[in-house]
Amino acid sequence: MRYSALKIFTEGLTGNKGWKPVWREPEPKKEYDVIIVGGGGHGLATAYYLSNKFGVKNVAVLEKGWIGSGNVGRNTTIIRSNYMLPGNEPFYELSMKLWEGLEQDFNYNAMVSQRGILNLYHTDPQRDAYVRRGNAMLMAGADAVLLDQDQLREECPFLDFDNARFPIKGGLAQRRGGTVRHDAVAWGYARGADAKGVDIIQNCEVTGFDIENGVCRGVETSKGSIKAKKIAVCVAGSSSRVMAKAGMRLPIESHVLQAFVSEGLKPVIPGVITFGAGHFYVSQSDKGGLVFGGDIDGYNTYAQRGNLPVVEDVCEGGMAIMPMIGRARLLRSWGGIMDMSMDGSPFIDKTHIEGLHFNGGWCYGGFKATPASGYCYAHLLAKGEPHEVATEMRLDRFKRGAMIDEKGVGSQPNLH
Amino acid sequence: MIINHPLLGPRDAAEFYVMGDADLINRPDPDAEGAAEAFYEYAYLRDNPAGEHRELWYHEQGDRSWLVVTRSTLTHEIMNVEMARDVALANGRGQ
Repeated sequence: MRYSALKIFTEGLTGNKGWKPVWREPEPKKEYDVIIVGGGGHGLATAYYLSNKFGVKNVAVLEKGWIGSGNVGRNTTIIRSNYMLPGNEPFYELSMKLWEGLEQDFNYNAMVSQRGILNLYHTDPQRDAYVRRGNAMLMAGADAVLLDQDQLREECPFLDFDNARFPIKGGLAQRRGGTVRHDAVAWGYARGADAKGVDIIQNCEVTGFDIENGVCRGVETSKGSIKAKKIAVCVAGSSSRVMAKAGMRLPIESHVLQAFVSEGLKPVIPGVITFGAGHFYVSQSDKGGLVFGGDIDGYNTYAQRGNLPVVEDVCEGGMAIMPMIGRARLLRSWGGIMDMSMDGSPFIDKTHIEGLHFNGGWCYGGFKATPASGYCYAHLLAKGEPHEVATEMRLDRFKRGAMIDEKGVGSQPNLH
Repeated sequence: MIINHPLLGPRDAAEFYVMGDADLINRPDPDAEGAAEAFYEYAYLRDNPAGEHRELWYHEQGDRSWLVVTRSTLTHEIMNVEMARDVALANGRGQ
């Protein structure tokens, strides 16, 4: 069923009785060409691009809970491609281009809203760093504009420009950045993949891998053994737990990132704004709530909840740049589990076990990467070699000394 | 989280900095055979278990001691707190 304005109109007139479930609930077959472990944003995007762009049929997505029950529904919905390093920036710019055409591509309203992202700077050296970053973005085909304080005063008069400790001197803006309705991303990809025959199997936990003589031939699941020519793990947040079943140790720690929503307010914040002297980012949802977050809690955890010191730290960051939010009350907070990698960058790679592939280590940048992650993973699975923008995202890069460390803080995951 | 410091008693976790897996105490011998591989694993690979985890906490805003905290990564419950110095000595370090 193709969605259109006419369809909504006619359904409205006929009691909305014509809508059908948008994906099936099949039982697993005995064998597939490709099994994707993990029905989150990245797994479903991989299934979508495999079936729709690379012509791979006979694909299954196995999900422990229900699809979209993990981080794709727990993030702050921001999309951007304002990275710097050559191993990263072209990848995120591909992602941004895919976001821009996504809704037409999969015929689903994901509410892609390019309201812009603004990174504030507070000192001269930080301005220099942003000039450098902006130039790196332009060279990769992204957009970037450096704004001085006067321009910023016009766009965001509510900022605390004359803050004694962190005066706001200007910002680096990416106008094509913005926000997306996160759940709709999972649903849209699932619908598009299902339409091409991908089996999306929910409540099916992978309990082990069928590995013999260094070749992975299938998975053990709570619904029995399933064979496959290629197995693609895509379970960021739980990567270490799942890959341990294949005997692998990863350059990853699991950490919790908290996010917050205030009560609904009139429109006050035009796009996404980030603090340059601490960790705080905020946007306003279409319902009016301020959606914001900051640093990870900093200790290893698999509990989807954090502690109060970070709540305080995040709110202090917010108060430092826009004191007006002190009047808003906090409505909800929640946590999601991140794969924090040793250099802050992700992996899309084969493993040393033939047939077994790995996608993970997204730190807290996974949502914006969803389309490119799916596209590049599908490319790797279909063609056996990495997509040209994902050639650096290898598992062995630490051994080779080829880290992609945007922040330059070394192998300390809680600092990325 | 409250960490029951062996010398100072119960302290707020906010006073500490977390360094990660307590296995970092066991630095490989740089002169041993296969030291490059051992250092790669030491510096970059982690067990990252769901459940009991031994980890290093540094009492930055206190007495600046290093602790080995045994904590559940599923519930945040703290099972045991030791001085990292004692753990290192018991492992044979400093001899």
